[in-house]
Amino acid sequence: MSTQHSRAAARLLVAPSVVLLFLWMIVPLAMTVWFSFLRFNLLMPGTREWIGFLNYEFFLTDPAFFAAVANTLAIVLGVLAITIVGGILFALLLDQPFFGQGAVRLLMIAPFFVMPTVSALVWKNMFMNPVNGLFAWLQKSVGMAPHDWLATTPLLAVIVIVAWQWLPFSTLILLTALQSLDEEQREAAELDGAGALARFRYIVLPHLSRAITVVILIQTIFLLSVFAEILVTTNGGPGTDSTNLAYLVYAQALLQFDVGGASAGGIVAVVLANIVAFFLMRMIGRTLEG
Amino acid sequence: MGSIVLEKVEKTFGEVTVIPPIDLEIGDGEFTVFVGPSGCGKSTLLRLIAGLEDVSAGRVLIDGRDATDLAPAKRGLSMVFQSYALYPHMSVRANIAFPLKMAGMTAHEIDAKVTAAAATLNLTDYLDRKPKQLSGGQRQRVAIGRAIVRQPSAFLFDEPLSNLDAALRVQMRLEISELHHQLGTTMIYVTHDQVEAMTMADKIVVLNKGRIAQVGSPLDLYRRPDNLFVAGFIGSPKMNFVTGPVAAAHGAHTIGVRPEHLAISADGGDWPGTVGVAERLGSDTFLHVDAGDLGTLTVRAGGDVGFRHGDRVGLTPDPAAIHRFDDKGMAIR
Ligand SMILES: Nc1ncnc2c1ncn2[C@@H]1O[C@H](COP(=O)(O)OP(=O)(O)O)[C@@H](O)[C@H]1O
Ligand SMILES: [Mg+2]
Repeated sequence: MSTQHSRAAARLLVAPSVVLLFLWMIVPLAMTVWFSFLRFNLLMPGTREWIGFLNYEFFLTDPAFFAAVANTLAIVLGVLAITIVGGILFALLLDQPFFGQGAVRLLMIAPFFVMPTVSALVWKNMFMNPVNGLFAWLQKSVGMAPHDWLATTPLLAVIVIVAWQWLPFSTLILLTALQSLDEEQREAAELDGAGALARFRYIVLPHLSRAITVVILIQTIFLLSVFAEILVTTNGGPGTDSTNLAYLVYAQALLQFDVGGASAGGIVAVVLANIVAFFLMRMIGRTLEG
Repeated sequence: MGSIVLEKVEKTFGEVTVIPPIDLEIGDGEFTVFVGPSGCGKSTLLRLIAGLEDVSAGRVLIDGRDATDLAPAKRGLSMVFQSYALYPHMSVRANIAFPLKMAGMTAHEIDAKVTAAAATLNLTDYLDRKPKQLSGGQRQRVAIGRAIVRQPSAFLFDEPLSNLDAALRVQMRLEISELHHQLGTTMIYVTHDQVEAMTMADKIVVLNKGRIAQVGSPLDLYRRPDNLFVAGFIGSPKMNFVTGPVAAAHGAHTIGVRPEHLAISADGGDWPGTVGVAERLGSDTFLHVDAGDLGTLTVRAGGDVGFRHGDRVGLTPDPAAIHRFDDKGMAIR
């Protein structure tokens, strides 16, 4: 029961946290917007003149910007594809009864607890290194020339590393969803003549659709801003081959000391992220309703 | 084309024997009801027939063919589950069409069959709804519709009415019986409710802890129960059991008299007692009479019988309707 009185009291009581959260968000955003209209370079202290949209012009016409947008999308889509397909496969596998199920499930979550910088370094030095790496050793042992992941396919390398980190998350969400599938539905489908593949296609996959949407939503938010993995492996290179928007903004601000330009880039990234979020929310709204 | 025979069928889960070896024959076109208290193995037995569980030993014959190792879909049986097990993301139409689609029929054939089934079950107006937009009774009908479109050689029902309210249960009971007359297909129906069993069955199989206590027509079981379990389970209100000297006088360890076979009178009578609670149903009155050493006996009397709480009465059993049981609980005939 919510009376007029209790509603007023509720508003009053949540007000402090709402105000705090609002300031927390709005102050940095306002400062970034403000900086993005200034000539503000750390190499030229004291000069902070108003230059209008010049920073935006430079950022949006920089060929690195288009490369970064394309790379950002490639990382998001590539990782989503791997984690969702892989997550479904792992979830199906882990849902089967087998010896040591509990232990395997626990191990499965482990990558999620490894810090991004650490896992990226492990991948870089122990797996993908063309001289000492495990992959190189495997290739050499079958007589192939070792593949230099970070130099020749840097974006793919980043996608693989990030996908490895996110696979446990999607597996876990999808496994939980899979376990909530009514056993009688499966049996009914079996009696209705649906084989294993048909059961997956018509019963299991539709049942998982909500969980898949949730995985897409949450992962996209984080994947749009992948940074640590790029910093410790490829440094965005060679050239801009593995530079995404987050890394480009970083490079602008802290490698070229151009705070104004980086702020403009940050605002552009925020706008792009909101466009993505808009489409995502519409898609999710539709699935979660149905 | 719908006879089912179980030969020494047995089911164990690990150490636990849920179904000790049982033999059972179900004739073509028969409406057979498995009835028994909760946990006695009714569902398990049905699932063994459906092929959803593997038998631990014995054989299942369907239409004279050995179906023991046949996949569920290959047995030509349809099942209606207690939870209905409708596919939530599919419309009613798609739900009913699903088995036909899996059988690889053309869209045209499917459409004709779904329309016909929907007409039989009064679902025509709901074909484009999702299951969650339907009432319990309608969901039940969709589940039945999905079962009948395939034209199976037998239907299996696992407590299909237990999630419905009392009024709807009576109505669906009639509809299922009517459907059986229309289709003439073998039906196996599982329930813990002896009223459902009595009203619907051609043949009742009473199960007790996985064992068959008795098989027979409803009236057979009512008139000639083989043992105490069946005598107590079939009939409502329950049969009265009396042990001790009174039973010994009849040459039995226990005697049983149904409430409807006890005459009640203000004085005289074989067994004196005091009226306790009187349940008045309008058409009948169930009187709970405290008969001293004999315990509390239930008497079924007419709707306008005048006895009240505390009245002294006498009870007289109908001598032709006294059931006698030995010390192992088996009927003496
Ligand atoms: N998969 C299973 N594993 C172990 N025990 C089971 C399993 N399925 C059923 N049982 C046991 O078998 C007995 C009969 O169950 P069930 O056939 O469902 O009874 P009913 O349908 O008559 O209520 C119960 O005691 C139940 O605990
Ligand atoms: Mg059951």
